[in-house]
Amino acid sequence: MKYLDEFRNKAAAKRLASRISSEVGEGEVTLMEVCGTHTMAVHRYGIKGLLPPNIRLLSGPGCPVCVTSNRYIDKAIAYSKQSDVILTTFGDMVKVPGSRSSLAREMSRGADVRIVYSTTDALKIARDNTERKVIFLGVGFETTVPTVATSILEADRMGMKNYFVLSAHKLIPPAMKALLDGGELKIDGFICPGHVSTITGTQVYEFIPRNYRVPCVVAGFEPVDIMQAIYTLVQQITRGIAEVANQYRRAVRKEGNPKAREVIYEVFEPSDSDWRGIGVIPQSGLMIRQRYRKYDAEANIDVEIEPSAENPRCICGAILRGVKEPLECTLFGSLCTPEHPKGACMVSSEGTCAAYYNYGRQMPKKPEG
Amino acid sequence: MCLAIPIRIVERHGIVGIGEVGGVRRQVDLQLLDDVQIGDYVIVHAGFAIQKLDEEEAAETLSLLSELISGDS
Ligand code: SF4
Repeated sequence: MKYLDEFRNKAAAKRLASRISSEVGEGEVTLMEVCGTHTMAVHRYGIKGLLPPNIRLLSGPGCPVCVTSNRYIDKAIAYSKQSDVILTTFGDMVKVPGSRSSLAREMSRGADVRIVYSTTDALKIARDNTERKVIFLGVGFETTVPTVATSILEADRMGMKNYFVLSAHKLIPPAMKALLDGGELKIDGFICPGHVSTITGTQVYEFIPRNYRVPCVVAGFEPVDIMQAIYTLVQQITRGIAEVANQYRRAVRKEGNPKAREVIYEVFEPSDSDWRGIGVIPQSGLMIRQRYRKYDAEANIDVEIEPSAENPRCICGAILRGVKEPLECTLFGSLCTPEHPKGACMVSSEGTCAAYYNYGRQMPKKPEG
Repeated sequence: MCLAIPIRIVERHGIVGIGEVGGVRRQVDLQLLDDVQIGDYVIVHAGFAIQKLDEEEAAETLSLLSELISGDS
């Protein structure tokens, strides 16, 4: 398929690997792939196996389902129990364990939870069920938010009264800043999320090389893309350069997609947001503006939830910060599997634990120290 | 969840496009992009086209790549 096959050339990926090896020399280099889709690709294509042992790839917080707080999941579960509610969501959210239950479990008990492929489907469900309240679980980053904002604008145009969004949308650059400020990790370079960047453009990362001297490369999702991005990062690191480069030029423009951003900020405004493992990051979320408040589930539909609790044995939070790896979790692969996930990082196919599990043929290096 | 794939637009009816990928046709919402033409490749995420693919840039990336790895055996 065009735009895919030519970037899946194995021979090219291997040659890039040897270029990377000779460029990097002896020093230890730690790179973070921020986006969960990159994590999945890294494991699927065996990228870690191609790289020299002194390059360490860490997964970051870029898996929307993984970073969604238990409190949000508990709230979604509570809504699903209301008999006049139809809960609509992308499939990944259903299996995520909350504090006491999951949407999947509530479905088996009769809750009306429907998996949709797009917000267009959710709107259609609302139109077909005007006597019920239809709530869409708004989880996702810059890539997904325009599609949710569009649905709210559409509901508004049509004067719909039964469509609501429970928003836990998040923004990537503030999370990268929080990791850098947290100081738990020494990150030598970021592989920046390609599809988030189709919307944001590349300028949103400029503060990272400028303020932290850490190079950033926006990358596509095929093996050649990722290897090329790593090569560029290693080149910058060994030469003492720090800048934002764009490997994914076929899809990412410097200015991003201004039309999509206009739609986002028509409907949403920045707000503080709670990230699993990281905590509340200032201005890292998006809440529905006053003007569209009638589509905000929280503002319109009362729900009570008990205090949220984390599974004390799940280290998903630390994994999302890049400070631990799945093999350090005692539940990994035994009690926690994609079929029976105990934590969010095992649910989504782009969750780090799921990626390690699904592509286990390529076991990662044990972390040092 | 940020999974998105390149799809070729084969029909367009206002903001609704029909895309084709690997012989399968599916509906694509085009309202987040200006002037998508039939024959264009777009990146589709959750039913919406979020960006057009740029053929020249793709060729450029590949030629950079072949420059980079030529000379190796
Ligand atoms: S393996 Fe399961 S329990 Fe362990 S950190 Fe990952 S998601 Fe949590």
